[in-house]
Amino acid sequence: MNTTRNFGFGYALVGAMVLSGTAANAAGQITFVSQGGAYQQAQTVAILDPSAKKLGITINQDSIPDAWPAIKTQVGSGKPIWDVVDTPTGYCLRGGEQGLIEKLDFSKMPNAAAMPEAYRSPYSVSYEFYSSVLAYSQKTFPKDAPNSWVDFWDVKKFPGRRALRNHPIATLEAALMADGVAPDKLYPLDVDRAFKKLEEIKPNITVWWTSGAQSAQLLNDGEVDMEMAWNGRVSAVAKEGAKVAFTYNQGILQSTSLCILKGAPNLDTAVKFLNEAVDPVHQANLPLHIDYGPGNPKAFETNVIKPERAAQLPSEPANAAKQALMSYAWWSSPAGEAAEKRWASFMQK
Amino acid sequence: MLALVSPALLVILLLIVLPVGWLAWQSIYHDGFTLENYRRVFTEDIYWRSFALTFEISLAVTMIALLLGYPVAYLANSVPKGWSILILSLVVLPFWTSVLVRAYAWLALLQRTGVINQFLRYLDVISEPLALVHNTFGTVVATVHILLPFMVLPLYATMQKIPGDLMQAGASLGASPSLTFCRVFLPLSLPGVLAGCTMVFVLCLGFYITPELLGGGRTVMVSMLVSRNVELYNQFGAASAVAVVLLLSVFLIFFAVSRFISLDRVLGQK
Repeated sequence: MNTTRNFGFGYALVGAMVLSGTAANAAGQITFVSQGGAYQQAQTVAILDPSAKKLGITINQDSIPDAWPAIKTQVGSGKPIWDVVDTPTGYCLRGGEQGLIEKLDFSKMPNAAAMPEAYRSPYSVSYEFYSSVLAYSQKTFPKDAPNSWVDFWDVKKFPGRRALRNHPIATLEAALMADGVAPDKLYPLDVDRAFKKLEEIKPNITVWWTSGAQSAQLLNDGEVDMEMAWNGRVSAVAKEGAKVAFTYNQGILQSTSLCILKGAPNLDTAVKFLNEAVDPVHQANLPLHIDYGPGNPKAFETNVIKPERAAQLPSEPANAAKQALMSYAWWSSPAGEAAEKRWASFMQK
Repeated sequence: MLALVSPALLVILLLIVLPVGWLAWQSIYHDGFTLENYRRVFTEDIYWRSFALTFEISLAVTMIALLLGYPVAYLANSVPKGWSILILSLVVLPFWTSVLVRAYAWLALLQRTGVINQFLRYLDVISEPLALVHNTFGTVVATVHILLPFMVLPLYATMQKIPGDLMQAGASLGASPSLTFCRVFLPLSLPGVLAGCTMVFVLCLGFYITPELLGGGRTVMVSMLVSRNVELYNQFGAASAVAVVLLLSVFLIFFAVSRFISLDRVLGQK
């Protein structure tokens, strides 16, 4: 069996299969949702196709850039169509608290149970890692490039135009590190202190970007000289020949996780798939196709990832040690949600 | 009669009345009846600031579009038929290009390493690139470009109906061309001005992609608040309340305008 690749047409496909009677049994298939683009193609080759083959199931795929509103409406309507979602970990936690996401039984998932506790929650399992890093133009900084958030905030020593993400997550962490907080001492975030530090840099921010593509374009076009960006976006631009680079130092290590919608139509198969998807070997395949790190750290012990490749990945142990591991539990707590709401008024002042 | 229009009524019901009704319902109902969403819209200053900014930008865009559009419509009206078709085609042509593409095109023109800054630096007019985009300025420029046809077309339609005899009559009574323009042509074209301004202003109120791409994150228009409430804060109720307030302002504007001229005219008929 194989996974069916028809991003965006998942619904139609499920319908067509039911009508034509080709679906052998409902337990042998799931609908899996990710974020599309090069990332979903990479995981199809690395993880989804091999998992489907090994389990003998069909994985129908759908994609959506931001799954959260759809999760809410689908589960809210009482008849979800999706089973498993690959989405920023915070949504799995928040969804769990709001009764939108199934609680996981780790006794049925040996691969997931073997992962470090910081990499899973009662509702989710880390699936892949990316990092919000400090990226810069090598044209502007041929040597003595900015290497920390302290440097990013130092507009005298490093003159140039800057961009940050128009979102509090990771931005508040960067502000606190710029103010001298150690990467492993960030949580619970001192929100007042973070916003105060952000006020300081605000006049020097040219663009507050809203999409990953926009951040890549800003750096590529020379519109900004340094910015916070996702590591995969920067390396993609660099591969195309742009003179840009980034540092993992003080990066903010973030993950997307797999979680299962409450009342998923194929719950049992979904649980089996979740366990298979974090299998160290499948996980080790992912970075061979895209610049994201495996969600399961055991992947680095499989010898599938060559050492020089591992060194480029955000979740490789030595790189991870230089970074702050984002606490999604804090962000989905009341304090985290309050900080998110405060962002809008910060932006408009 | 009813049988004839019922398919149309059904379409309107399904596509307009139901969704808008659902939207309004969400803004007042969440686990019970609540006015909390509206209280927030009317008391929290981020909403006030956003509405104020949206109206300011819409007003600026309308004024600029009028200043640019009036001469174009006037020209199209006064040249022979073949030429006027050419002018109007040029006005309408950008319509067939996606708003997204046009926004990115403006980015290519206006950004620091963009065509305009490069050219000015080449001419040594400036030493440092000008900040032409990622701010309100860039947003206004691109929005004017996108909305200009909505100004020119109603103006042209109105000017077409002004009898040429009146100008001749004015001239025969000894008035200079500029005097006939000010005393005869301009007043008669005012319904077109009002119609064009209303269209541009109202459309601009709901603009989303252009400020999102060219505003640099600081130009937060009302439509962006709607999307942010859904995406970032997951508050459909708050988003609905903002949308309802925006919709009501549009109705209010149409109502006010309809007291001066027939609404048919604003919407391009006759």
